[in-house]
Amino acid sequence: MSEWWTYRPSDFLLFSPRVYERLIESHNAGVWPWQLAALAAGLVLIGLVRRGGPQSGRAALALAGAGLAMSGWGFLWSRYAGINWAAAYAAPAFLTAGAGFAAVAALLNAPLRPTVRPAGALAAVLLALAVIAYPLAAPSLGKPWSAAEIAGVMPDPSALAALGVAALVRRPFLAAALAAVPALWSLYAAMTLFTLGAPEAWLIAAGLALFVAAVTARAVQPYR
Amino acid sequence: MPEIDRRAVVAGMAALGAAGLVGAAGAQQAPKPLMKTIPSSGEAIPAVGLGTWITFNVGEDQALRDESAEVMRAFFEAGGRMIDSSPMYGSAQAVVGHGLKKLGSQQALFSAEKVWISSGRDGPGQIEQTRRFWGVPRFDLLQVHNLLAFDSHFETLEAMKAEGKVRYVGVTTSEGRRHGDLEKLLATRKLDFVQLTYNPVDREAEQRLLPLARERGIAVIVNRPFRQGDLTEELEGEKLPDFAGELGATSWAQLILKFVASHPAVTCAIPATTSVSHVRENLAAVSGPMPDEAMRERIAKALTEI
Repeated sequence: MSEWWTYRPSDFLLFSPRVYERLIESHNAGVWPWQLAALAAGLVLIGLVRRGGPQSGRAALALAGAGLAMSGWGFLWSRYAGINWAAAYAAPAFLTAGAGFAAVAALLNAPLRPTVRPAGALAAVLLALAVIAYPLAAPSLGKPWSAAEIAGVMPDPSALAALGVAALVRRPFLAAALAAVPALWSLYAAMTLFTLGAPEAWLIAAGLALFVAAVTARAVQPYR
Repeated sequence: MPEIDRRAVVAGMAALGAAGLVGAAGAQQAPKPLMKTIPSSGEAIPAVGLGTWITFNVGEDQALRDESAEVMRAFFEAGGRMIDSSPMYGSAQAVVGHGLKKLGSQQALFSAEKVWISSGRDGPGQIEQTRRFWGVPRFDLLQVHNLLAFDSHFETLEAMKAEGKVRYVGVTTSEGRRHGDLEKLLATRKLDFVQLTYNPVDREAEQRLLPLARERGIAVIVNRPFRQGDLTEELEGEKLPDFAGELGATSWAQLILKFVASHPAVTCAIPATTSVSHVRENLAAVSGPMPDEAMRERIAKALTEI
């Protein structure tokens, strides 16, 4: 890209806020009542991470990966790619990342160590933000409940939830590999939402900050 | 009649006379928009067209697709002809195709499209896909979008023109980027059209590109006349200058379009909108008196002072 320094985020925005909001509402209407199952799975994910232990860690990784895969296929590929060609590239990345989470869950006996503070606490807050706070953002901002974004259905909260789990993966190399796609997507999504003037961008920015704080905490005080 | 009023009216009539008042097929509402001549052919087209960047990228949303079709209907009814899109604009091409299908055959349509892909070999395939989206037998104009892989794509477009598969060829840029490269192309290639950004606050094109296009007989399409809506948004609530009435302008958008379209080198401005009333307002902007040079400067000054 020539003269790249002259480009602003708005130059890459292909659609209007109105079109994006209607797309979310349309998707939610199309997959109802899957949102209830996804919300329940998100709460189970928080419980699994809080409880700790080898089997809970594996189940948490599998759930986070499933959320990425479901939102990648269901929303990014099937709907969002229609107005944003970048989503057509992000969708296979979500599916690959989801498979990566599932593979780690299948291959590592005790993949997570969530009880070590403060990294574990930061990751737990990040998970709560993704699973509980993010769906409440839309109605809190005066939008209809049909615009609520739930982890496992929509990519933004799914990516944040995946980051919350990746931050707790015992091996730093694996944690970085698993976090790559959801972190890059979160950066892109935050930039898109800022450009659209959507306050949800701040939630994603906060999630990214929590993730960075969690991995920094574990680097300073490595897991035993 | 005050001096400035007379000047404006005379300039507007002169512009209409010089370009030749040609009624667009399908126009159902008077008055007709100002027509401008494509130098390479002598064909006259209305000085305001319809852009589709962002506004027509509505995906599969049926209600919004139908809204876009209504914008197109109002555009044709007001005498509009040129609709411009690109493979870069998400679903916009398919939405234009939906509108054309819904409205039925539009004899007035002047279809302007682009090729935008990094590999020259993939250009013909992309153009064919684009044609299917629109549902037209061929395009009136094909442009190399943002100069991307210009040499190989332009070779394709020239071959298509020679075979009668497209009527005009051109190149585009936006927001003042790559003006140096564009100048070289204008000076050395046989282009029918060039598309660039120009408005009362983005006037760099006046220095070299617009005079060169005029000298070389290249038609000019102006994108982002409202800076993608930023200009009109900033001007919302600001009182129109007194001279707006002399030009028959009822909004800042109309003043801006009068400024852009009255430049002698400019052939067509392509504002994008989702609003039926705005598309009518845009075409009406070039239906009344047009500003002369002194009045153009007053418009630019009024905008930059706000």
